[in-house]
Amino acid sequence: MVLSVSCLTVSRAGRAVLSDLSFDLMAGQALRVQGRNGVGKTTLLRCLAGLQPALAGRIEIAADSLAYAGHADGVKLPLTVLENLRFWADIFEGRDIDRALDAFDLAPLSDRLAGTLSAGQRRRLGLARLLLTDRPLWLLDEPTVSLDDASVTLFAAAVYNHLQAEGAVLIASHIDLGLSAEVLDLEPYRAGWSTQASFDEAFL
Amino acid sequence: MIALLQRDLRLATRAGGGFGLALVFFLILVLLVPFGVGPDTAVLAKIAPGMLWLGALLACLLSLDRLLALDWEDGALELLATSPLPMEAVIALKALAHWLTTGLPLVLVAPGLGLMLSLPAEGYLWLAVSLALGTPTLSMIGCFGAALTVGIKRGGLLLSLLVLPLYVPTLIFGAEVARRGAEGLELATPLLLLAGISCGTIALLPFAAGTVLKMNLR
Repeated sequence: MVLSVSCLTVSRAGRAVLSDLSFDLMAGQALRVQGRNGVGKTTLLRCLAGLQPALAGRIEIAADSLAYAGHADGVKLPLTVLENLRFWADIFEGRDIDRALDAFDLAPLSDRLAGTLSAGQRRRLGLARLLLTDRPLWLLDEPTVSLDDASVTLFAAAVYNHLQAEGAVLIASHIDLGLSAEVLDLEPYRAGWSTQASFDEAFL
Repeated sequence: MIALLQRDLRLATRAGGGFGLALVFFLILVLLVPFGVGPDTAVLAKIAPGMLWLGALLACLLSLDRLLALDWEDGALELLATSPLPMEAVIALKALAHWLTTGLPLVLVAPGLGLMLSLPAEGYLWLAVSLALGTPTLSMIGCFGAALTVGIKRGGLLLSLLVLPLYVPTLIFGAEVARRGAEGLELATPLLLLAGISCGTIALLPFAAGTVLKMNLR
């Protein structure tokens, strides 16, 4: 088991948005989280990534086993594509920059400054970082935004390879990548507006 | 860990990185002093250590709001928070990169600018020593302030208001070392106090700033 969540309640701005959420994620499994805007997909992913604390419930996850990709790519515009990737490779002690470049068709762009890339190319660069992390669980928040069809195919292939290598993927997305991913609809877990956050949480 | 330092140094020297801005600001500020107080060398020599220290402090302050704000805006800070690097190390490395691109150049040019303010010759060494000991503290405290205000729109002014009072002890003892050095007085006490403040700040503030930053990322 890569990730196990039980009775989780997450909050945004001091107010519970999802409650009593439980699911497990096995190695080799993909899970697509869906729900309408504002239902709490991003909040759930940030909570699982350890960026914000859960209001209640348990998240079981091995230490240093996840790679998170949020709405922002963390791409440094004054650096070249290769410099950006090399930085993350050094941080995560990943080895194979060439593989990441090839997987997202970035090799022809490797010497370009990231600031001169289009939005879709920049997103591909952000996603290529995942291949350098060498971590089993990917938490992806709307990964296909601004990608064209060809890039979505590249991305789906990268995810497929990751799953084949006993990885696991949790995707918050509106589109189906054709990965036979299970779907987790967050709508039934919506917390009532009356749920009060703890005083501490509201205060901070 | 060294990768983050290398990246920050590289970013500082690329277009728009702001390397040298603090230095030029320091230069202009010090050159403006004689216009303000008049060309009397006796007066200038007397206020030179304090003026140079104030100038260095303000120049340091100038680049603080970019310290974490840029990484916050493009999402790199969140990704670093989920990386194997502890937040304390991220803060310490960011402060080190800030010192190398801002504080260190100030230390190196300060004696030259001392000449402009007719600082007595024996004061050059101690001015450089006091700045070398004090500017790392300025960067570290600044990093703490940046962690407190990250994510706030137009947080730069708030950052200055938070950080300037925290600079007071460093300024007092740093300028005192430089003044006593220039006047040829005994200076062991302020020097030791300055060094002590620096050591304490560098040892403790990365932990405080790391905790604050984690809370701000929520």
